[in-house]
This record gives sequence, structure tokens and C-alpha cells, in this order.
Amino acid sequence: MTAMITVKDVSKAFGGVIANNKISLEVPEGRVTGLIGPNGSGKTTLFNSIVGYHPIDEGSIKFEGVEISDFRVPKIARLGLLRTFQQTRIYSKMNCVNNMLISVNHRSERFVDLFRDYPSELTDKAEQLLDFVGLYSKRKLISGDLSFGQQKLLEFAMALMNEPRMLLLDEPTAGINPTLINGLIDRLRRAATEMGVTLFVIEHNMPVIMNLADNIYCLANGRLLAHGTPEKIQNDERVINAYLGGHYLVEEED
Amino acid sequence: MTFNWRQLALYGIIAAAGIAAPFVFPAYTLQITVMWVMILFAVTWDILGGQMGYNSLGNIFFFGVGMYTSAIVQIGLVYDVAKYASPVGGIKAVFTQEQYFTGLVLGFIAAALVCVMFSVILAYIVFGLRGPYFAIGTLGVTLSAGELTGAWEYVGGGGGIPMPVFPGEPDDRSLLFYFLGFGLAVITFLFVKWMFSGRFGLAANAIRDDEEKAEGMGIRTMRVKTTGFAVAAFFLGMSGALFGNMIGFVEPLEVAFPTVTFGIFMVIMCLLGGKGTLWGPVLGATLFHAFKEVTWTYMLGWQWVMLGSLIIILVVFFQQGLVGWMQEKWPEMFGIEIDEGTVAVALAGPEIDEGPRRGGAVQ
Repeated sequence: MTAMITVKDVSKAFGGVIANNKISLEVPEGRVTGLIGPNGSGKTTLFNSIVGYHPIDEGSIKFEGVEISDFRVPKIARLGLLRTFQQTRIYSKMNCVNNMLISVNHRSERFVDLFRDYPSELTDKAEQLLDFVGLYSKRKLISGDLSFGQQKLLEFAMALMNEPRMLLLDEPTAGINPTLINGLIDRLRRAATEMGVTLFVIEHNMPVIMNLADNIYCLANGRLLAHGTPEKIQNDERVINAYLGGHYLVEEED
Repeated sequence: MTFNWRQLALYGIIAAAGIAAPFVFPAYTLQITVMWVMILFAVTWDILGGQMGYNSLGNIFFFGVGMYTSAIVQIGLVYDVAKYASPVGGIKAVFTQEQYFTGLVLGFIAAALVCVMFSVILAYIVFGLRGPYFAIGTLGVTLSAGELTGAWEYVGGGGGIPMPVFPGEPDDRSLLFYFLGFGLAVITFLFVKWMFSGRFGLAANAIRDDEEKAEGMGIRTMRVKTTGFAVAAFFLGMSGALFGNMIGFVEPLEVAFPTVTFGIFMVIMCLLGGKGTLWGPVLGATLFHAFKEVTWTYMLGWQWVMLGSLIIILVVFFQQGLVGWMQEKWPEMFGIEIDEGTVAVALAGPEIDEGPRRGGAVQ
């Protein structure tokens, strides 16, 4: 079991606020890894650091053995490391199929390819993936007209269209109808097992993440608080304290 | 794209009208030539402004650069440009037929290439700006280009520079420029149509809808934007070369870099026709040109008031433009589906959540 991503001693501060303080973690290949923690604990900051949204202050981030902490977003995306957003982001004035087509990976794209059409296999693949997330019947609709939950599913399908090596999902179930969540968990699992996509998931919904993840990291106040299997995390006193508001105690211990 | 008889008929009618126009209305040849140039303006502006969401107020920069480049090449082939342009002790310039047409061809080519070069350099500067800052930034480039050219004695400074005189009959001259303008507009339209039929079109629209997402998905956004800018520059440069030769006199502020007239017109034409659509700019440019010619002829003195009113009406009541409005009214004509009737094959069976829509309530 090799590490897909190795984060070592990564710190990031915004002015006086230290959002990430010497965080080290590993995401193993082909597994689902969870990232939890109270609001403001630095989860999204860590995601942004990994995908190159902002430079980190110190530390190292390796993706499949390559140091990526100096790379910017598009370059990291072309390596096969993608993220979805907490606030769903799709191309809202284009129809679903076109949203999917433009999401193919751009790794080996040359300049002349800009002026080529998409081969019909890609359209087929786009429709298959839309079917996979249950949006096949909506494929010709303008994506901005879909409901919020549907847009979230579309964004997930777009990420899969890119054939990433690894996917960072920021709260995939937020805003989705509870009755749909089981279906979504099933889709996420299948993406990991059938398509070989390594997943790293931020999630606030505890039953979801405990059910989905193989192992979990917990952040609090910008530090790594605990790490282990879902069972271990569930019974960890520090984690329970952090979620009950006990994180002030943790701070005082420093 | 499937073979379409209606489309073919439309192209046939436009081609026939374009070829017949200068013979049917010989008195209006110049006005109709300008209309084709206006269509070229609108179509090239829409590449960035409509399809990519980058509202440039400075595209007219390439028009001026193309015009001056062609002037320098056409004159420089035969005479010393500085001496030719000098108001005192000027030379009596005569161009033979061969000199004139060689110069014209080379002038057009040089105009296009120099503009592409400028667009690539400028791209690295202006594409760091977003939204209104991009608009103001590009406007600044054009305004300063006009002022700088006015101070450049080599090309006659603010006094301008006369273009080589056409060696032949005036009627032949206007027909030549008419067909150059018509051909250029048609080629521009067909090229842009072809360019947007492939990946480039989707990439451009993705940048318009959410550039940050596009970057996050690995799209080479800078390459797409620079390509769009360069294509616009290529055709605008040639339109500048054409316009300078047709007017016969090149001057920095009114002719070459007319920011407040042509520079703004190209934006209004796209808004009127419907920006981000294929035919919108063409329709908008045609109607706008007709509107402008009518008000300039019959309401002289009030023409700017009329123009201002048109802009206000467009911006306040009619933002999607004519073709945009038609797309909303008859979406099936444009191949857009808005059918909400089909029930999605929901994931685990139960219906998909109708949560807050994008841009609606909270998230």
C-alpha cells in the first residue's frame, strides 16, 4: 500500500491566523481517507494547499513522489489530482453533456487539439457517467437549471470524466437530500473500487464518513488531533471533546 | 454538424445580396463596405466579450495598429516614410499599379501578423485583470496608443499620413474595397464559426461561466484566452489595413484609434444582437449600422442623443439581445432543451432534492 499523497509539516497562516500548523498526513492509494474537524479547523485550507490554490508557508507536499508544493492549480490538475468545491461549481450556462466534455483531462492536449472536435467515444463516455450518477435524462438541459443536489452530482461526474488519479471532495453530501446520501456513498465507493480513484473526503456528516472512509484524520485548531480507523476515531476522547466544544481545553494544554 | 438546407439557403441569400449590393445601390457602396467592417468588428469582439466573458473596450487597438502597419509597409516599400509623412518639404508621391498592389497585399499580411504579435504580448499583461478592471485596462492601452502615435513624427504624428493613391478609376477603387471588406467579413465569420464548433468553443464558455473551476479542471486557460485574442487581432488588423486604404488618410485619434466611436460601437452591436451567440453580432451590426446611418442622415444634431438612448434601452431592458431573446422564446429552434418534465433516474430510487438553486438563497 503506497502513499498517494504525503503531506509533511505543512503550515499556512493568513496574517495572524494560523490555519494549518505543522500538519503531516498520508493518503494511501486506492482507499477512501476522511478528514474531519470542527468549523474553522483548517480542513479546507489544507485542501487548498494541496491543490495549489495558495502557496504554503513551510513543509512539503508530495503527490506520487513528486513535490507539488510549488505548482499552481492547473498544473496539479493535469497531474491527475482534482478537487470539488464546497460551493458547487459547474459551467452553469452550458448543458450537462458539454459540461462533461470540457472536463476531459488536458494532460496530453496539444495546441492544435483546441480546434478539433470531440470523438464520439467521449460523448458516449460522458453519457455513461451521467447515467452513473443518475442524470442521464437531464443530459441536454442547461446545467444551471438543475437543482442544487443535481448540480453536486454533475460536478462529481465531471471530476470522474477527467479520469483523475485522486479526488479531493469538499463536503460531498452537504445540501443533498438525506434519502439520496446512501446512493451517493455507494457511487463514491464504486469510484474508488471500480475506477481506482483514490478519495480524500472532508465531511461533517459523521455517519457518512464513518461508513465511507477506511481511515480518518481529525483536525482541530489547525493541528492534527487524531488519526486512525473510524472505530478508533469514534472512541477517541480528544475527538469527542473537539466536537463538543472542548477544543478550548486542547489549546490551553500548549 | 448535419447538412442543413435552411442554413444553406440563408448563406446563399447573404452571399447573393453581398455580391449584388454594390451594383444595385452604387451610391451606397461605401456605406455598405463599412457595414461589412462593422460585422467583422462585432464578430471578433464577441470571441472574448461574448463567449469568454472578457469585455474588452480596447479591441479597436488592433484596428489602429493594423492601419498604421499597412501604411508603413505600403509607403516604405517605395519611399522613405519619414520624408513622405513630413508636412514640410514633402515628396510628390506616385505609386505605379504594380507598386500599389504589391504594397496592398504585403500591407494586409504585415498588418495581420504585427497585430497577432502585439496581441500575444498584450495578453500577458491584460489577462491578469478580471471583470471591470480588464475593460478599463484594455481601454487604457488603446487611449495611450492613440496618444503615443500622435507624438510619433515618423508617421506624421497628430497630423496623420496620406495613404498611397489608387492608380485607377474611382469606381474600380470602391468596388475593390467593397469586395475586400465583404470577403474579409465572410472569412472572419466562417473562421469564428468553425473555431467555436470544436473544443475551443467549450473551453471559452467554461472560462466565461467559471474560470477558477476551469483552471481547477486543468484547462490551459491562458492558452485559450491568448488564442481568442490573437484571432480577433488577426482579423481586426486586416480590417484596419482595409479601412485606412479606403479612407485614404490615416490619423491617430479619429481614424486609427476611434475609441468612442468604433471602439464602443462594437460592444453595442454585440449587446443589440445578443452576445455569446453566433448570429447575434452579425444581426446586431447590421441593424446598428442601419440605425446609425438613418439617424446621422435624418436626425443630424440629435444622432448622439438617439445613440445614447439606444444604449440605455439595451442595457436596462434588453440585456440578452435579439438572438438571446429569440433563444429564450423559441429554444427548440436553437437545439436547446429546457424540458423539466422528465423525471430523473434518481440515485437510490427516491426523488432528487430540490434544494436551493445556484445563486438563490444560501449555501
